[in-house]
This record gives sequence, structure tokens and C-alpha cells, in this order.
Amino acid sequence: MHLVVQALILGILTGGVYALMASGQTLIFGIMKVINLAQGAYVILGAYLTMSLFQWTHIDPFLLILLTTPLLFVIGAATQWFLLRPLRPDDAVELSLLVTFAVALGLEGLMSVLYKTTLRSIQPGYENHSWTIAGYQINEVRFYAFLLSIAMLIILYLLLQKTKFGRAVRATVQNPMSAQLLGVNSKLVSAFGFGLGVATSAAAGAVFGLITPFNPGSHYDLISRLLTVVILGGLGSIGGSVIAAMVMGIGAALVSALSEPVWADFTFFAVLILVLLFRPQGMFGTKARGAL
Amino acid sequence: MTRNGLIRAGLFFGVLIALPFFSTSQWLTNMFIFTLMYVALASSWNLIGGYAGYPSLGHAAFFGFGAYFTAIVFTDSVGYGWSPFLFLPVVGISAAIISIPIGYVAMKTRADVFAIVTITLLFMAQTLAFNMHKLTGGAQGKGIAVPSFDPATFGRPFYFGMLALAALAMGASMYFRQSKIGLSLSAIRSDEDKALGVGVQVNRVKVLGFAISVGITAMAGGVWAYYEGFVYPQFAVDPLITIGMVLMTFLGGRATLWGPVLGAFILVPAQQYLSYQLGANQFYLLAYAAIFLITMLVLPRGVIPTISDKIWLKKKQREAQA
Repeated sequence: MHLVVQALILGILTGGVYALMASGQTLIFGIMKVINLAQGAYVILGAYLTMSLFQWTHIDPFLLILLTTPLLFVIGAATQWFLLRPLRPDDAVELSLLVTFAVALGLEGLMSVLYKTTLRSIQPGYENHSWTIAGYQINEVRFYAFLLSIAMLIILYLLLQKTKFGRAVRATVQNPMSAQLLGVNSKLVSAFGFGLGVATSAAAGAVFGLITPFNPGSHYDLISRLLTVVILGGLGSIGGSVIAAMVMGIGAALVSALSEPVWADFTFFAVLILVLLFRPQGMFGTKARGAL
Repeated sequence: MTRNGLIRAGLFFGVLIALPFFSTSQWLTNMFIFTLMYVALASSWNLIGGYAGYPSLGHAAFFGFGAYFTAIVFTDSVGYGWSPFLFLPVVGISAAIISIPIGYVAMKTRADVFAIVTITLLFMAQTLAFNMHKLTGGAQGKGIAVPSFDPATFGRPFYFGMLALAALAMGASMYFRQSKIGLSLSAIRSDEDKALGVGVQVNRVKVLGFAISVGITAMAGGVWAYYEGFVYPQFAVDPLITIGMVLMTFLGGRATLWGPVLGAFILVPAQQYLSYQLGANQFYLLAYAAIFLITMLVLPRGVIPTISDKIWLKKKQREAQA
């Protein structure tokens, strides 16, 4: 029982981090109907940026997020503007999928050249501290990471619900054509939305680098988990992806505690297959796809 | 097949069959073995990724399956000659059978989600290869018996093995173009719902195409494993293999017979040259990504369709002037 509760705690904390990563992915899908296969690579890029900046400035990794977020926003918006926007519309879906895949590769190659392929981690000195409450271990970093993820999700929610930009984004998600007719600059919204989705990986990357050792190849691991979360939640539904992230975080932690950690990866694959077989639209996705 | 097409194919294979008897240079043979391997791989990817428009990113999982299957059956200590080659049909058919349920589930989705499922499959296959120690040897890898071939022409059997697979893949591609399967697949690519509406056996055709495609891929994995002599998870189930297949098909022109072939003949020698010049693996990841992006943005339809369109246009213009 102790084991199960401990796994639950770990699962909830990790699930929060997945939720943050998946929200960016979902946002991008919602706006552009593009599955961003580079999201994992952006997260790893965020992790490396945080690591380098931390080694250089010795500012706490959690504060560095304020620096890396705008940076990744610009990188994301540039990706959309220069690589995705020019694609021909008639086979844009297939091509943009492959373009994001190529971007993932390019980032992996770039990071391998700059950082080599040894496993790294961000070590601010308190990464192994934990509190013991009623016999249960709560890792400090994971706890902060969880809080940060929740905070970021709330900011994202407010941004989408309360600002003019958010309204433009939601309008574009619902119906790009009418949004354009009503004066929304859909090209800019796409670039900004993509940038915003990528920007979430700054925080996600910092957190990921704090709780797990990573190398440039880690993005494959991440992206297959992320995509499972996004599909389980229902493509395009941010709320759905948050819940799915929690479910998967807890599920994987339980499997890993009760059997072997290796099988935690297979939990994701098994869930992906089951979802596709029995409920292809995910938990909260609409059949039409693209509801936010 | 038109007469010109037959002549083209005859010339292509004639030259390739004769080639090893003119040169026994080791690096050349090695380069051609890999080029032909990618001709087979890209042509087989094209069957499902090109004709049907289902961009599989998981073919390397089946390549790895073929490699491990061969390695496990022909483990070290005894020197085998041609028998691993004769075993290839078993490898191919097993992969095809395994792919049926996978294809069935994966293809319940459309192009974008399909890519997700297959990329996850790739990752799972690699995890399995790393963790099923008893079967695969885990990270230590799995050795295969050293073949009992004459050292002077050691590469030759592998060359012909890959050539045969290339011919098989191109033959399948050719057949697809002329038969109902190919027509059904292109109907699916254009509009799956409409295809279903006019009575195309959508699911059956997709799964069949997928099975043939990964069967050939697995066989290439088998020859590769025997040639390399050692199978490691990170090389047998390597995303770079998938990427190679996709990139070559796109560069040459997808849904064409010769596109993947041209792509392989451009990129494999370039890659061998680059890895010889730059050494580091990481640089050609960057180069791959760059070529990939440039192809998508500048030549989204690939070299062959772009050129043949230009020729067609010129011809029409000339006809109009005359």
C-alpha cells in the first residue's frame, strides 16, 4: 500500500510536467491542425538552454525560465514563419508533419554537436532534497516543477480566455475562414500560436532537466509519451490533455513501481493502441477535431 | 509496362548485375550495397508512404525485426554460406504477418495520427531490443556467424542480395502502379471517404500495402545484419533508417517508380562521402535535416515529377507553336 501511495504521489507530480508539455502541443494542433513532432526536441532544447545558462550565471533554474521562455517563443514563431507557412496548402498536413520531424532531427543534430551525447542533468544543488510527510517522500524539485506547471497552465488559460490575442486564437481554432473575415490576421495568429506552444517547452524543459538526465536523443522518448497523452486527451482539447497527462503520469508511475520501470514505457504504447481501437477521438476530443 | 519502361529497367539492372565483375574495389561494393539497400527500403516505403499517403515513421522497427530475426536464427560459431539469404522469405513473411494487426490498428487513423502511432512503434521496438536480453543481447548486441565467403569478393553475395531486394521492391512498386491495389491506394490518398464511398476495400488494401512494404523492409534488415555481422539496438532500430527512407522518397518523387531509386542514388553516396569527410555522426544528422527541409520547401513533389512536368509543359508549348 505504501508503495502504491508513493507511486501515486510521484505520478501526480510527473503528470503535472507532462500536462505542461502536452498543453503546448495541443495549442499548436488546435490552431494549425499540425502535429508538432518537434515538441520533444524543443523541450530538450529548453533543458540544454537552462543548463548552460545556469552553469554560466548560477541563477536558479526556475528563474531562468523567465529568460528562456521568450527565446523559445521566438524560435517557435520563426519555425512557423519560415518553414511551415510557405508550404503548399494542398498537402500541407502531410508536409508540415514531416517538416516538424525534420526540425526535430535538426535540433537533435545541433544539440549533439554542441553538447555531445552524454547524459546531462541540471544540478542546482537541491535536486535530490525531499520532504518526508507521514512516511512518504516528496521530492522538492518535482514538487516545485508541479507547482510551476500548474502556474503556467493557469497563465496559458488566462491568455487564451481573457486577452484579445487569446480570442483571435480561439476564433482561428473554431473556424479559420470566418476568423479571417472578421479581421483576424490568421498568419500572425498561426505564428504567434506556434511560438506560444513552443514557449511552454522552456519551462517544461527546465523542469524535465531537473528531474531526469537527458541527452539530445531523449526527444524520441518524450515525443512518443507526449503524443500518447495528446491522443488520449483528444486532439485539440487542452483540458483533455491535462487530465490525460495526469492519468498517464499516475499510470506509468504505478506500473513502474509494481513491475519494472521498463514497462512504464509500454504503458504508453498500450494506452495508445487501446485508445485508437476503442475511442479514436480520445477522452474529450470531438469527432470533428479542433475544439479547444 | 511500356517498351521504354522495359528498356530503362533492363538497362538499369543489366548495368548493376554486371558491375561487380568489373570492379572488386571494396569501398565501391560497400557503397553499392548500402545504395541498393536504400533503393529497396525507399521503394518499399513508397508503397504505403507514397501511393497511399500514409507517412510511416516506424519502418525501422521492421528493419530491426528482420535484423534480429536473422541474427537470432544464425547465431555465431558456425560459418553459414548462402543459407541466411534463403531464409529471407521467412523473415519477410513473418514481418508481414506481424504487421497485419499493427497496420489494422494504426490505419484506423488518418495520416497525421498514423505517423504518431508508427513513431511510437519505432521507439517501443528499440526499447524491446534493449531489454529482451536473452533474445537480443540487450545493449551488448547480438553477433552473427562470419559468412564463409571468399574474402576477395566478400561483398558480392550481399550486393546481389540487396540487388534482388531492390528488384523485388521496384517490382512491387511497378505492380502497384498497374493494378487495382495501386489505384485503390491512390484513391485513398486523394480522399479516403470518397474512396470508401465508391466501394474501395479501404481497410484491406491499406493493411495489404503496409504488410508488403514492411515485409521487404524486414528482409533488407536481414541482409544488413548478416553483412554487418553484429546487431546493436541503436543501429538496427535507428530512426535514421526511417528518415533515410522518407527523405529519399520525397527527394526523388513520391508515388513514382524511379523517385525512391533516384533519391537513394543521390543520398547514400553523399552520406558515405560526408561521413568519410566529417567523421562525426552528428553532423550528418544536421545535413539530413537541412536536405529534408530544403526538399520540402523547394521541391515538395520531388525531382522526377518536377522535371517530367517541365518536359511535358515544353512539349505542349512546342505543339501549340507548331
